[in-house]
Amino acid sequence: MLKVEHLYKEYNENVKVLFDVNFTFEDGKTYAIIGSSGGGKSTFIRCLNMLEVPTSGTIELDGVKVNDPKTNLEDIRAKMGMVFQNFNLFEHMNALDNVTFALRKVKKMSKEDADMKGKELLEQVGLGHRFDAYPHQMSGGEKQRCAIARALAMDPEVLLFDEPTSALDPEMTSEVLKVLQSLSHQGLTMIVVTHEMNFAKEVADEVIYMDKGNIVEHSPAKEFFEHPKTKRAQEFLANMI
Amino acid sequence: MNFDVSIIEKYGPLILSGLPMVLFISAVSAVFGFLIGLLAVFLRGRNKVLKTIVNGYIDLIRGTPVYVQLIFFYLGLPGLFPGFNPPEVLSCIIVFSINSGAYLSEILRAGVEGIDRGQIEAAKALGVSKSDIARHIIFPLALRNVLPAVMNEFITLTKETSIVSVIGVADMMYRYNNVSASTYSTFEPLLVIFIAYYILNVILSQIGRFIERKLSYA
Ligand SMILES: Nc1ncnc2c1ncn2[C@@H]1O[C@H](COP(=O)(O)OP(=O)(O)OP(=O)(O)O)[C@@H](O)[C@H]1O
Ligand SMILES: [Mg+2]
Repeated sequence: MLKVEHLYKEYNENVKVLFDVNFTFEDGKTYAIIGSSGGGKSTFIRCLNMLEVPTSGTIELDGVKVNDPKTNLEDIRAKMGMVFQNFNLFEHMNALDNVTFALRKVKKMSKEDADMKGKELLEQVGLGHRFDAYPHQMSGGEKQRCAIARALAMDPEVLLFDEPTSALDPEMTSEVLKVLQSLSHQGLTMIVVTHEMNFAKEVADEVIYMDKGNIVEHSPAKEFFEHPKTKRAQEFLANMI
Repeated sequence: MNFDVSIIEKYGPLILSGLPMVLFISAVSAVFGFLIGLLAVFLRGRNKVLKTIVNGYIDLIRGTPVYVQLIFFYLGLPGLFPGFNPPEVLSCIIVFSINSGAYLSEILRAGVEGIDRGQIEAAKALGVSKSDIARHIIFPLALRNVLPAVMNEFITLTKETSIVSVIGVADMMYRYNNVSASTYSTFEPLLVIFIAYYILNVILSQIGRFIERKLSYA
C-alpha cells in the first residue's frame, strides 16, 4: 500500500506546485492520473519515488516512510519502478544490458542469471529479437517497451509511468499500451500519468483527476467518465472530446 | 642549400633513441593526469571549499606556461627548500601530470555537464547506488561526450614534453643539442625530430578515432 498524506511541494519559495495532496494507492490496482498541463501530475508521481523531494507531508510504502532521511532510499526505489516519457534508456548499453544493469548492480545477481531473466522480460514485451540492439537502433515504441522491461526486472511492487506514450506516434502508442494492459491486474500496482483517455477508461481501475496542484476528483474509471462529479472534471472531459 | 643525408644516416638513430623517453613521460603523465582530472571533477562537486581549491589549482596551472612550471618545480622549489632535490624524469612526470590534470578536469567537467539527466534519473529510480551511477553511467557517458577533446589533450601533452631537455632529460631535443654541437648541423637532426613527432601524433590521433568509433556503438 502506498499512502500519501498532506503532500506539499514547492520548487522555489513561491512556486507552490502541490498542496495538501492525500491519496492511498491500494495494492494491485491500476490508476490513471489525468489533468491539464502544469497541474502537477509529473511532480506528484516523481515525489512518490523521491526524484523530487517533497517540501512536507509523508509518503509511506507498506508502512515505511519513504521521505525520511533514515530510510534507505535505494531499497525503496528498488521496489518502485519508473517509466519515463523520454524512455531514458542507457545509451551506452544494449537492450539486454539496460534490463540487467540494476539486477547486477543492485540485486547483485550473477551475469548468467541476470541475462536469463532479462531475456525473458524482453521476450515478454515483444523484444525477443532485439537483445543486442542499442537505444539509437530502436524505434520509440521498442525503446519504451525495453524501458518497461528494465523497470519490471526489479520485481517492483509499484510501477510509475509518466506519460509513457506521449513521445510516440499512434501506432507505437498502441503497442506500448498493449504491454501496459497486459501488466495490469497481475498483482502490480500501476500508477500511470496519461493523456490517453481510452486507456484510462478501459484499463484503469481508478481515475485520479488533478488540477492546479491538487486531486480534484477520483473515482472508479467507469463512474468518472460517465458521471464526473466536479465541474472542473466535467469541463476537462468536455475539452478532451 | 646544403643538405647532408649522411648526417641523418649517422645520427638519426641516436636522435631517435630519445623517443622512448618522450613516450614514457607522455604516457605516464597522461595516465596520472587523467586520474588527477577525474579526482578534480569529483572533488569539485563535493562542497564549496573543495570547489574553490580545485578552481584555484586549475586557474594557476592554466594561467602559467608549462615551461615555467617545470623549471619552477625543478629549480625554484629547491631554492626554497634546500633539501628538496627531485630527480629530473620524476620532476617532468609530476609537472606534466599536474598540468594535464588541470586541462583534463575542465574537459571532463564539460562532459559531465553535457550528460542527459534522464539517464541518471532512470538509474536512481532503479535503486542504483551513487557510486555505481558515477562509475557505470556518468563516467562512460561523460567520456564519450568529450573523447575527441581528451585525445587532443594527450596529443598536446606529447608535444609539450619537448621542453624536458631544459632540465637535462635525454629526449630527442637533448640528443639534438649533442648532435648539433659535434656536427654543426641543425637542419638534418631537427628534420628527424620534426618527422618523428609528426608521425607519433598521427598515430595517436588514429588511436583516438579508433576508440571513438568503438564507443559510438554503431
Ligand atoms: N524543476 C522545476 N522547477 C521549477 N518549476 C517546476 C519544475 N518542474 C515543474 N515545475 C512547475 O511545476 C508545475 C507543475 O509541473 P508538472 O510537470 O508537475 O505538471 P504536469 O501536470 O506534469 O504537466 P504536463 O501535463 O505538461 O506534463 C508547472 O507550473 C511547472 O512549470
Ligand atoms: Mg508531466
